Amino acid sequence: MADGEETEKKRRRIAALTENMAVEGCSIGDWDGRWGHVQKFLERTGPFTHPDFEPSEESLQFLLETCKILVIGAGGLGCELLKNLALSGFRHIHVVDMDIIDVSNLNRQFLFRSKDVGRPKADVAAEFINQRVPGCNVVPHFKKIQDFDASFYRQFHIIVCGLDSIIARRWINGMLLSLLSYEDGVLDPSSIIPLIDGGTEGFKGNARVILPGMTACIDCTLELYPPQITFPMCTIASMPRLPEHCIEYVRVLQWPKDKPFGDAVGLDGDNPEHVQWVFQESLKRAAEFNITGVTYRLTQGVVKRIIPAVASTNAVIAAACATEVFKIATSAYIPLNNYLVFNDVDGLYTYTFEAERKDNCTACSQVPQKLQFPPSAKLQEVLEYLTENAALQMKSPAISTTLEGKNKTLYLQSIASIEERTRPNLCKTLKELGLADGQELAVADVTTPQTVLFKLNFTSETCSIKQVQN
Amino acid sequence: MTDHKTSKEQKYDRQLRLWGDHGQEALENAHVCLINATATGTEILKNLVLPGIGSFTIVDGHKVSGEDVGNKAQAATELLQELNGDVSGNFVEEVSVNVNQTYWSFTFSIYTHVLNHTYLRLGSVLWEAGVPFLICRTYGLIGYMRLIVKEHTVVESHPDNALEDLRLDQPFTELKHHVECYDLDNMEKKDHSHTPWIIVVAKYLEKWYSEHNSQLPKNYKEKEAFRQLIRAGILTNENGTPEDEENFEEAIKNVNTALNPTKVPSGTEEIFNAEQCENITAQSPSFWVIAHGVRDFVRNEGNGNLPVRGTIPDMIADSDKFIKLQNVYRDKAMKDAAVVSKHVEALLQSVGKPPESTSEQEIKLFCKNAAFLRVVRCRSLAEEYSVDTFNKDEITSCMDSTDSEMVLYLMLRSIDRFYQQHSRYPGVYNYQVEEDINKLKLCVNSLLQEYSLNVNVKDDYIHEFCRYGAAEPHTVAAFLGGSAAQEAIKIITHQFVPFNNTFLYNAMSQTSATFQL
Repeated sequence: MADGEETEKKRRRIAALTENMAVEGCSIGDWDGRWGHVQKFLERTGPFTHPDFEPSEESLQFLLETCKILVIGAGGLGCELLKNLALSGFRHIHVVDMDIIDVSNLNRQFLFRSKDVGRPKADVAAEFINQRVPGCNVVPHFKKIQDFDASFYRQFHIIVCGLDSIIARRWINGMLLSLLSYEDGVLDPSSIIPLIDGGTEGFKGNARVILPGMTACIDCTLELYPPQITFPMCTIASMPRLPEHCIEYVRVLQWPKDKPFGDAVGLDGDNPEHVQWVFQESLKRAAEFNITGVTYRLTQGVVKRIIPAVASTNAVIAAACATEVFKIATSAYIPLNNYLVFNDVDGLYTYTFEAERKDNCTACSQVPQKLQFPPSAKLQEVLEYLTENAALQMKSPAISTTLEGKNKTLYLQSIASIEERTRPNLCKTLKELGLADGQELAVADVTTPQTVLFKLNFTSETCSIKQVQN
Repeated sequence: MTDHKTSKEQKYDRQLRLWGDHGQEALENAHVCLINATATGTEILKNLVLPGIGSFTIVDGHKVSGEDVGNKAQAATELLQELNGDVSGNFVEEVSVNVNQTYWSFTFSIYTHVLNHTYLRLGSVLWEAGVPFLICRTYGLIGYMRLIVKEHTVVESHPDNALEDLRLDQPFTELKHHVECYDLDNMEKKDHSHTPWIIVVAKYLEKWYSEHNSQLPKNYKEKEAFRQLIRAGILTNENGTPEDEENFEEAIKNVNTALNPTKVPSGTEEIFNAEQCENITAQSPSFWVIAHGVRDFVRNEGNGNLPVRGTIPDMIADSDKFIKLQNVYRDKAMKDAAVVSKHVEALLQSVGKPPESTSEQEIKLFCKNAAFLRVVRCRSLAEEYSVDTFNKDEITSCMDSTDSEMVLYLMLRSIDRFYQQHSRYPGVYNYQVEEDINKLKLCVNSLLQEYSLNVNVKDDYIHEFCRYGAAEPHTVAAFLGGSAAQEAIKIITHQFVPFNNTFLYNAMSQTSATFQL
């Protein structure tokens, strides 16, 4: 009995501390002052508030009872975001994450403990917050963002992302753009769901505010994202110079050949036995070429494309994002307009600027996209253009069109049987495929929830093939 | 080569890739003291506990308001310890900070909350004891950090865009010999196309010297001509069309940086000229002892240059050629480091210390980073606050722009003044806001007057700071929590470069600035 009391006392102590930390220097009384720090910004006039701001006691009620926030990602940024939002008064929060907890998460994803390893991040994160912050109701979804449709996303006032993939960012960006409604060509502001996006990598990070249809979207600034590091195949295959080259050789070329763990067993970077095998083989390869520097840590880093991460950077970026969620939800201040860059390698450096919309952005400009090729160009060239062009950067586009009144798939990579059937089309010319000048091609890809329509313009034979500017 | 990693290595994997095992070791040997378990303070500690700080102590006598559930320090300690079982924490219940010798034993001290006379006294104690001190405050939507450390040396600053150390303008003997082994004019195509660009540039530089009186290409025109010279060396096929020789393209692309004159960077030069480097005693930290040793090398065997760094960037080349070239640089770096070691040994002997006082590893690491060394010296609080030594120029010039973050600093100083006079903060209760605006304005004016600062503090900021009512919004505390924790980690690990010395964050505009006050 005494034990139970002690535990309960301890639990209440922790809960009260979590609450009262935020009420420092404020008032007497417990829950009376609970949201004091928030109230000051909602109930008082001020010289720097948003022009639309009106002090009122209802704002707090909106925050506590009505405002619905979606947090995408329950990892390094997600954990921090959930805590920040819960302690700022937001109570209706949903969180989506398709991952389970790994021990390497524990140095920063603080809602998880070693006993939670293997469990879904969304579930554990929600449990933790709901237990520690009385009144807060986080609803977890152990799912991919693509598992939900427009009706799910439409219910939220604000969406905030802590994702680790550009593809996922582009997808949610596309989803929110698809929710926009226009009346007589004028955007209906009530259909806009603000998207706040945070990203971190080592000691660098950024936070941005996107008002779909109004401000620069993810695709408008695609060139801001640094290209992924890849090594040329000839280097990997025959001319390694760095330990990384040796590891890539084993990962890409030797594993499929040796099939060390069975015929259909793919390399799993999370399986220590797999990584150990790659490590040993990489050492052998490196020895052949007198290359030093292959370590287990490097091997795992290359195989899993590991990005270094610390608690501090995630704390900073998630804090900046949560501040913006608060500003937008309450109109207390003018939101960030619209991009913040942070780097604390040398001192602390921040840079704030307004990313501009791209006039012909494939995602948000509503300008019809053009594809310019001579009729003798092969479909393969069109495919390469879609994946390599800096403004498009599609991953595995599926191209289809309407021919003789019927829908025809020209090429689709992601389903083996269709890939096999349509593969011969890649070597055929556009003319051979029966495509005409002005033909509409529908392109689907993981980077967007909506099909992108392209208009095919035939150029004369003498034009260079890769000349396509929109 | 560990086959399977310990669970700690697994847990800390993502951060070990940033500061290495030795950085982690430094972190795990550190004992941090947090004074006042405010939201900001606990956020900072959380971001130190998670990466595995050795231990922490919280000093706070305040009670968790509203419920008789115990002391704030105790609650915070329990909360934080739960985050990471590797970390040990304890607490001390003291409402008013007892400035005594206990604080000297900490690796690092963090102070949050405002009690100005206290932190000034604490500041001078820690200054004398050589304990780095970080003051952090969240006040409304403003974050403030002040770092106070007399002298902080950094060998591993990890610069973002470091220039390579290739010595093409002053090739050392071994490099010259190695380049001589190549005969570009009589090579098979395969070898020609897979010769490292460093060799290509070196060869064509020799050609250039013979035609230009041994002078390096100096201006744009000459560099362009040099690039053309290289381009002319690209093999052509039977029809006269140039072959696809990526290594030559790389050479051409790298001409600009490759021909940068090799010299000791000004930062390192300053370190060599510092008094601590000149006068080595038995008490000198190893940073200065090794610096002196490197300086001796530069002035003798180095012929005015630092020890060779020993790394080269990746480039198109076959494995054999690349590895051999890489080894030429690596071996030279090892040779140079060994010479530096000899100098360091002699130095240690001259002050009566055993040669083991600095390790081979330390010396090698120092030599490798010789071009990137940094020393951070922060002014003391006393210097910042004294009417005679405060940084008038910095404050005045920043305030030329009335919305500079400097105004936030002046407001915080005025808030302190207000607290001193009224034993409370302005605008805590709604009814106080309006009258406190005038009272705060008087504090602002008295501050400006005392320091003879002829600057304009807009009324808007005075109003805004009253509006804040000393609130500590969580998101602002969290921003500071992350920022401050990383600065603490920098100090503890001696890796990456800490800020110097005042940082201000404005959550309204999402901007920040660093001032040296």
